[in-house]
Amino acid sequence: MNVRPFVFLAMLLMAAPALGQGFAGLGTAAQGFARPEPGDTLKFPADYGAHPAFRIEWWYLTANLTGPDGTDYGMQWTLFRSALAPETREGWSSPQIWMGHAAVTTPARHFVAERLARGGIGQAGVAAAPFTAWIDDWRMAGPDLSDLSVSASGPDFAYDLSLAAGGPLVLNGEAGYSVKSPEGQASHYYSQPFYAVRGTLHLPRGPVEVTGRAWLDREWSSQPLADTQQGWDWISLHFDNGAKLMGFRLRQKGGGAYGSGTWIGADGTVRTFGNGEMTMTPLREAPVAGRDIPVSWRVKLPAHGVDVTIEAVNDAAWMDVLFPYWEGPVRISGSHSGRGYLEMTGYD
Amino acid sequence: MVRATLAALMAHWWRHPLQLVSLAVGLALATALWSGVQAINGQARDSYDRAAQLLGQNRFARIEAADGQRFGQARYIALRRAGWQVSPVLEGTWRDGDRRLRILGVDPVTAPPGAVPQTVTGGAGLRPFITPPGLAFAAPETAAALEPATGLPELRATAGLLPGVLVMDIGIAQNLLSAPGAVSRLIVAPEQPMGRPPLAEIAPDLVQRAPQARADISRLTDSFHLNLTAFGLLSFAVGLFIVHSAVGLAFEQRRTMFRTLRAIGVPLAVLTALLAVEMLMLALFAGLAGVALGYGIAAALLPDVAATLRGLYGAAVPGTLNLSPGWWLGGLAVALVGATAASAQSLWRVWRMPLLAPAQPRAWARASARSMVAQTGIAAGLALAAVALAMWGQSLVAGFALLGAMLLAAALALPGVLSALLGMAERAARGPLALWFWADTRQQLPGLSLALMALLLALAANVGVGTMVASFRLTFTGWLDQRLASELYVTAENEAQAARLREWLAPRSNAVLPIWSIEGSLAGAPGAVFGVADHATYRDNWPMLRMQPGGWDRVARGEAALINEQLMRQAGLVPGDMLRLPGGHTLPVAGVYSDYGNPRGEAMIGVDLLTTLYPQVPRLRHAIRADPAQAVALARSLVEEFGLPPDNVTDQARIKALSLGIFEQTFTVTAALNVLTMGVAGFAMLMSLLTLSTMRLPQLAPVWALGLTRARLARLELVRAVMLAALTMLLALPVGLLLAWALLAVVNVAAFGWRLPMHLFPADWARLTALALLAGGTAAAWPAWRLARTAPADLLKVFAHER
Repeated sequence: MNVRPFVFLAMLLMAAPALGQGFAGLGTAAQGFARPEPGDTLKFPADYGAHPAFRIEWWYLTANLTGPDGTDYGMQWTLFRSALAPETREGWSSPQIWMGHAAVTTPARHFVAERLARGGIGQAGVAAAPFTAWIDDWRMAGPDLSDLSVSASGPDFAYDLSLAAGGPLVLNGEAGYSVKSPEGQASHYYSQPFYAVRGTLHLPRGPVEVTGRAWLDREWSSQPLADTQQGWDWISLHFDNGAKLMGFRLRQKGGGAYGSGTWIGADGTVRTFGNGEMTMTPLREAPVAGRDIPVSWRVKLPAHGVDVTIEAVNDAAWMDVLFPYWEGPVRISGSHSGRGYLEMTGYD
Repeated sequence: MVRATLAALMAHWWRHPLQLVSLAVGLALATALWSGVQAINGQARDSYDRAAQLLGQNRFARIEAADGQRFGQARYIALRRAGWQVSPVLEGTWRDGDRRLRILGVDPVTAPPGAVPQTVTGGAGLRPFITPPGLAFAAPETAAALEPATGLPELRATAGLLPGVLVMDIGIAQNLLSAPGAVSRLIVAPEQPMGRPPLAEIAPDLVQRAPQARADISRLTDSFHLNLTAFGLLSFAVGLFIVHSAVGLAFEQRRTMFRTLRAIGVPLAVLTALLAVEMLMLALFAGLAGVALGYGIAAALLPDVAATLRGLYGAAVPGTLNLSPGWWLGGLAVALVGATAASAQSLWRVWRMPLLAPAQPRAWARASARSMVAQTGIAAGLALAAVALAMWGQSLVAGFALLGAMLLAAALALPGVLSALLGMAERAARGPLALWFWADTRQQLPGLSLALMALLLALAANVGVGTMVASFRLTFTGWLDQRLASELYVTAENEAQAARLREWLAPRSNAVLPIWSIEGSLAGAPGAVFGVADHATYRDNWPMLRMQPGGWDRVARGEAALINEQLMRQAGLVPGDMLRLPGGHTLPVAGVYSDYGNPRGEAMIGVDLLTTLYPQVPRLRHAIRADPAQAVALARSLVEEFGLPPDNVTDQARIKALSLGIFEQTFTVTAALNVLTMGVAGFAMLMSLLTLSTMRLPQLAPVWALGLTRARLARLELVRAVMLAALTMLLALPVGLLLAWALLAVVNVAAFGWRLPMHLFPADWARLTALALLAGGTAAAWPAWRLARTAPADLLKVFAHER
């Protein structure tokens, strides 16, 4: 559940203070846009591509990587699509706006870059087959989602990675229909959590060969947040025993949360779970970008015997972009060990 | 003691309020003229800075085509996809009748922060901005003026934008300018990703340029501002003359009081310090009033200045004032410096005054007579400097230095010349009254000389600028007749319509001549290249200054180019030299044509060569040769047939009126400042005569006692003033003509790049002479009237007192 910064939403709806309507305006009503319906069946490769009738959509890749000396690294490559109107047009009048975020996190540093683009002119876009997602020189491309090459660059970093999926796509929620609130806000949401990664990070001190695991989220919707929700906490965890866990909780304004997630067993069996099954409790807050952010959590999923502590590799994994948020790699200890990613939005 | 001394000094002003007023008004007027002109200059400069800022030129590097032309947005996409963080800008002109709007198409999504005004990216939101028909942001005055205009996106008034500029989405701008897929340049974001390939690898036809304010506007308008500044300085100098004379007289009149104060024991240091403080206070108050007055002048003139800059240079300047505290302080400082300069000499005299010297105004007159010799010497030196500048000076600054040296030399020489003339008259005079009249006039000369110098400057400036303007108008109208030989000028809305238009017009007219041009760099400065058809219209009418034999044939074959006078002077090109066109093609220059009013360098090449070298040239404007009697009907049917906006079809007469209008505006400001300077000079004379009239009683009383009536004396006073004004006018005439020559042949060439033939207008001189006599007479009227009404007892007192 990597909804984020929908810069544009807010940029476009600038008149309304963005956070008054949930993070980055994501709680804003969605007249004219398509709505995710429970019965919709996802079709591939078509659903690798863009869904311009929906207001927001993302291709969200995070990776836990390890250098030759055992150093932990995190990598993020994200392409967001935001539609000002539910239509496609050629040229500058296209209402489709694109935004890219790329990041590399080391235990000591956090590198971020952001890209913005208009649709309709070729600067950014997504083609379903052969699969290509791009914004400027950043690319995530392959014949399909099981075999990807990913690259991005910023002023002080760049990376070039190859990803090979060791398992099938995982549909979250009910066959890819993921409910976000008791009022019924929902998205279409599937993941590819089985990537093995190999490649090079280009950092100020020179290139670093890395290997690791990556997680791709694909999600599209028109109003993923209820008016009463102010942000979310999201995790994707790779346990060392081969099991994986995706879970999120959407925080209500004034307390309370709505959560759900997906458990992927070491044998590949997938079980989704609803509100109340998983608990996330902040353990430690760190001062980041002038606010306190919970960078360590206790996560419990009793149905699968999970009781772990997750701890940020780098507390300062702050995405200082148009609509800033926290996103970074975590280490897992407790009932299970492993690596994963944590994302937190709406902390002011 | 200090208080008592101060009270005594103040009592003088109390008894002579007119002197106080003249001092204060002189200082205030000087400050007002100076600070008014500075305000106008400052406002305009500020506008250029904002213009540069608006386009991000002053902070961001930019990427352009090597030939400066628009290029396809595929280049932009290619650069983005190679990692270059650049943002596209499309710039162009959109005509709405006589009004030309600068269209600025931007991409708010990729523009680096600060490159596009905040108001454009926020507020209304992106969707209405980028979705046709789009939104256009404009300065409030521009938005208000455009309200009924059709064909434009919905307008949003936004403070902080320049007038005459419409900011809109690049997609909307491409449609409006009929330039689909075109980009004028790319703004380069300050931060770029690592490892991106070099520009030459992705787009070898594009070049990156460092951030800088574009030189064209500032370079061109600099000349205009220098012009204004020179006028401001002139006004300030005239004002200083007034202040100097008023201060001098104020000190001179109080000599008896100074002597008395010193005699009863006031230390010299206290007296001098008090006088200095008094001057400072006066300067402060008068300066404040002057700055306020200057604001008024600037506010009144700025709309004309703005119109001139817009019409002549296309530089947009708001017609409203917005001044910084620095300007107010600067005006005050100028008043203080002026007063200090004017009173320094007088204070020095007080300091050196012997305690028991006869406290007679006559002493001052003698001292001035001595200094007249020195003054004439300085004048001769300045005249020599002016001759040297005229012979060897090249730049605009040298041109203005020449003007300054010339005017100052003339002003400084005036008392000497007048004194010599009066001496001659005195020697030729018969009879005691005539002898007394000339001698007395000569005796008054030192007291009046500053006012007369101011009058000389004002008259000379009037003659000079008047001659220039009139010469200009005469030449320009004749030139327009040659240059605008075609009967109709029509601009199509797009290329397809233009093609249909040519087809439609072919059987209905004698010829359809393209007026197609591209903009680009010529000899390192912004210029334009026009395509010219091979037609008798040009061969017979084009105003050529120089032409090689067979020049038109070579131009038609694409083997040579013609350049305008501006380019000839800028680049030092003469026929036979090679001219490098934007993009690198070179052609020999076959001839030079005059191109008054155009600040840019331009070249003309064969129209076929133009379309070959620049295939993207817009082909919208055409000149139509037709039977003049049919022109109006043809214009009407063009509008009806093609649904063209009436403003797109213009006839000759209209263009002429428009062009002349622009030039009239250019000189409105000059003329206004001229009138002000005249007024100041007249005031100076009035004040000098008033002050002198009270001092002169001891000289007039004996003449009265000998039997001359007060009325007769007053008439003589009047005659004297008119005669002095007439003499001054006589001397001002050659100085003014010299000034006109310098303006036309030196300053104009340096500032605008063309030289005008000089014409003489004796009728104007007669009018000006009448004006000068009137000024002299008016200035003398009141003092003369006062003299006629002086009580005989006051005249008798002269014999009873030793003052």
